[in-house]
Amino acid sequence: MNTLRLIVPVALGIAVIVAWEFLVRHFGVPKFVLPAPSLIAADFVQEFPKLMAATWTTLRIVALAFALALVSGVAGAVLFSQSRIAELAFYPYAVILQVTPVVAIAPLIVLWVGYDHVERALLILAWIVAFFPILSGTTLGLKSADFNLIDLFRLYGASRWQILWRLRLPTALPYLLNAMKISGGLSLIGVIVAEFAAGTGSDTGLGWTIIESGNRLHIATMFAALAILSVLGIAIFFLLTGLEWLLLHRWHESAVTRER
Amino acid sequence: MDHKRPILQLSHIGKTFEGGLKAIADLSLGIGEGEFVSLLGPSGCGKSTVLRMVAGLLQPTAGIVEWPGGRPELGFVFQEPTLMPWADALANVRLPLQLEHVRRDEADARAAQALARVGLAGFERAYPRALSGGMKMRVSIARAVAANPKLLLMDEPFAALDELTRQALNDDLLKLWAEDGLTVIFVTHSVFESTYLSSRIVVLTPRPGAIGADIAMPPPHGRDRGYRLSPEFADNARKVSDALRAAMERRP
Repeated sequence: MNTLRLIVPVALGIAVIVAWEFLVRHFGVPKFVLPAPSLIAADFVQEFPKLMAATWTTLRIVALAFALALVSGVAGAVLFSQSRIAELAFYPYAVILQVTPVVAIAPLIVLWVGYDHVERALLILAWIVAFFPILSGTTLGLKSADFNLIDLFRLYGASRWQILWRLRLPTALPYLLNAMKISGGLSLIGVIVAEFAAGTGSDTGLGWTIIESGNRLHIATMFAALAILSVLGIAIFFLLTGLEWLLLHRWHESAVTRER
Repeated sequence: MDHKRPILQLSHIGKTFEGGLKAIADLSLGIGEGEFVSLLGPSGCGKSTVLRMVAGLLQPTAGIVEWPGGRPELGFVFQEPTLMPWADALANVRLPLQLEHVRRDEADARAAQALARVGLAGFERAYPRALSGGMKMRVSIARAVAANPKLLLMDEPFAALDELTRQALNDDLLKLWAEDGLTVIFVTHSVFESTYLSSRIVVLTPRPGAIGADIAMPPPHGRDRGYRLSPEFADNARKVSDALRAAMERRP
């Protein structure tokens, strides 16, 4: 079953690439419309140093934005779980930040941080996109603690801190991990969209590489950058899914394989 | 029961919930050290409410809860096992000790001992999801006795278990009660269970809950399967059943 699961999609992928190569050659499709896979591969090799530099630039901001979203999202959720007033005050603004299209805020952010620090603008914009799922998921998780367990903690004179640390946070962990999977993908999307909207600083990221290649009709490079982006997105997803399994497989229903 | 030192005195307790539901009205009840008291009544008569007020988890809207000898260490067993799914059996049983800042190695040793007492030696590292309903309830009982309580409060703990498991746990509970000199308040809606376990059965009338009958039973030392099948058990059960029926009919 597992080998079939691997073989079937890979075979389909190879078939599509072969057909693509054949059709492009057969109909003589110009390379600035749709380059053949072989041309994309060649371009990938030729532009390799440039593409890797761009990948590193983008990935660095993605990682930083995600880390920032994680820390601030969890901190915000803990604050909300401890103070109803804080939740009432801040939650609506978190929602407003979330629903405003990031492309629309981008010029303002760039203006504020200055054109010399576009990287910071990208970081802020990606953070805005990635922050909300963590905040909202963790808040829900912290509130989902079993009432009877809360009573039990109170019976033994547990402090707020003990209830938070030993009960609410472990209860929230599956919610947080799920939110991280969403946020991880959004961090990548956030950085690319921000690069599109804000341009890029001295370093060129993958988003800007795509725009630039498009302007110069280097469609093969565009495809190469796109392929890297897909691989990055998949890698982020698998990394976070692996983390989720690692932390939950011993106890949480979602991560346990059932005996049949 | 009069000769026993009182451990708990409820005086004219009333509880009206915020929505206006009057759960308990003018309930007075004294409990002596070492008693095994069942609170018996139909669902919705406020038995659990009484138990939660005794535990201090709910505040009565009338009357007072008094502890003549000072508030003792309490243990509480819920209707559900109420275990932390992310923690193994040992860590679940250790929880009350950790919350009371007992040293880790001592807490581990006492938790392991409590698990052994309920027949779960060797299951220290098992997570709740891997345990059966009866075993989960045993972990829950081990957790309640690990902190050496004087008074054990139990809220229909065996209601969801199958009959055989339930009888086995009844016997284990009586053993713990006898060995530790516990006082137990046991909420149930089962005539047979209360007859088997108790030294005293307090029957509650429904809505608002008040005492319908207070029946003394022979002390439940050394009860076993033989008692369940004896004519004496049948007589006692009939007496309790009649009292429950009478209490139901007195509903306002």
